[in-house]
Amino acid sequence: MLSKYGFIGILAVVAFGFPVLGLVVAWLLSPKKPNPIKQSTYECGVETIGDTWVQFRAQYYLFALVFVVFDIETVFLYPWAVAYGQLGLFALVEAALFVLILFAGLVYAWRKGALEWQ
Amino acid sequence: MVIPLAWYLIVAAALFCIGLYGALARRNAIGILMGIELMLNAVNINLVAFWRYVRPQMLTGQLFAIFVMTVAAAEVAVGLALVIAIYRSRDTVNVEEIDLLRG
Amino acid sequence: MLLPILFIFFSIAVLGFALLVVTTRNMFHAALFLVGALFGVAALYILLEAEFLAVVQILIYVGAIATLIVFAIMLSRNMMRRDIRAANDQWVEGAVAAVLLFALLVLVLSRASWPTVTAAAPPDAIPGIGKALVSDYVIPFEVASVLLLVGMVGAIIIARERE
Repeated sequence: MLSKYGFIGILAVVAFGFPVLGLVVAWLLSPKKPNPIKQSTYECGVETIGDTWVQFRAQYYLFALVFVVFDIETVFLYPWAVAYGQLGLFALVEAALFVLILFAGLVYAWRKGALEWQ
Repeated sequence: MVIPLAWYLIVAAALFCIGLYGALARRNAIGILMGIELMLNAVNINLVAFWRYVRPQMLTGQLFAIFVMTVAAAEVAVGLALVIAIYRSRDTVNVEEIDLLRG
Repeated sequence: MLLPILFIFFSIAVLGFALLVVTTRNMFHAALFLVGALFGVAALYILLEAEFLAVVQILIYVGAIATLIVFAIMLSRNMMRRDIRAANDQWVEGAVAAVLLFALLVLVLSRASWPTVTAAAPPDAIPGIGKALVSDYVIPFEVASVLLLVGMVGAIIIARERE
């Protein structure tokens, strides 16, 4: 069973090696004549103002939070769905309860305006 | 099984101790949380290794690991929300300066 | 002989990334190293033939928890200044405690003998996990959803910008 992951390993090696190879070849072959205009962040464009490490809004965190909760819901529902054919009605009720409890969280987030961009 | 169980346990122990160092020695509250995540991962490696080597027919180890991850996600969500709230009111995330409860 | 080599490679990757996580000054880089360590743990799960758990590890830890941490770092600008110290005043004691605990754990592990079996892993664990979630583990299953609900509501209340 583990040998199947050999293909993923080969893919990973190729996926990492390909861009590195391209960069190295470009670095080896390209002529290097730097000047201040070439070195600037945007050679033709508006100069950036201020620090790149700016502060972001807390709103982003709330979106990520809602995403995390439903990400985990997926993880729980996937094995349940795979085994669904061998399970009875009771299992359906249990999973429905699970989804409903989390749906209450979504309703709360919605009502509190956490999903709206202010 | 080519790899002995003890190898996994030693790697998990090392990861736990690195996480412990992070949780004890970081000044930054988010750094402390990252140390705790490393410790939880070490515990999960132990759970899965014991599942594979001692009771492969029972899925208890894997289920426990999934629940640990769920609890870790809830813990990180609330912990980081606290960090953001503290940063907003006190303008710092340095745990040495967050001493409101000191008498 | 490939498996031990892979195990050693991924173990060194996990521990190396973990060391970088706890020592790097820039918190944003520490979060990226944490992602590397979490991917390494997923690879160890695959070596343990817990494939579903490896996918869950990437989905929850890399996809969700690491995202939250990166967002929280971007939200608090002060901590990304690179000139501040990374460690607090008790880092020496912390290092001593960690090393002593590791020595103790290795001592215990080297003396213990575990009742290991050589049975093969079940070919497909996912239906078994699904069945266990709605039979033996139904209470933790439902409590997990309540925990996530409470965590989400609490985090929204705490982190929301007040008007």
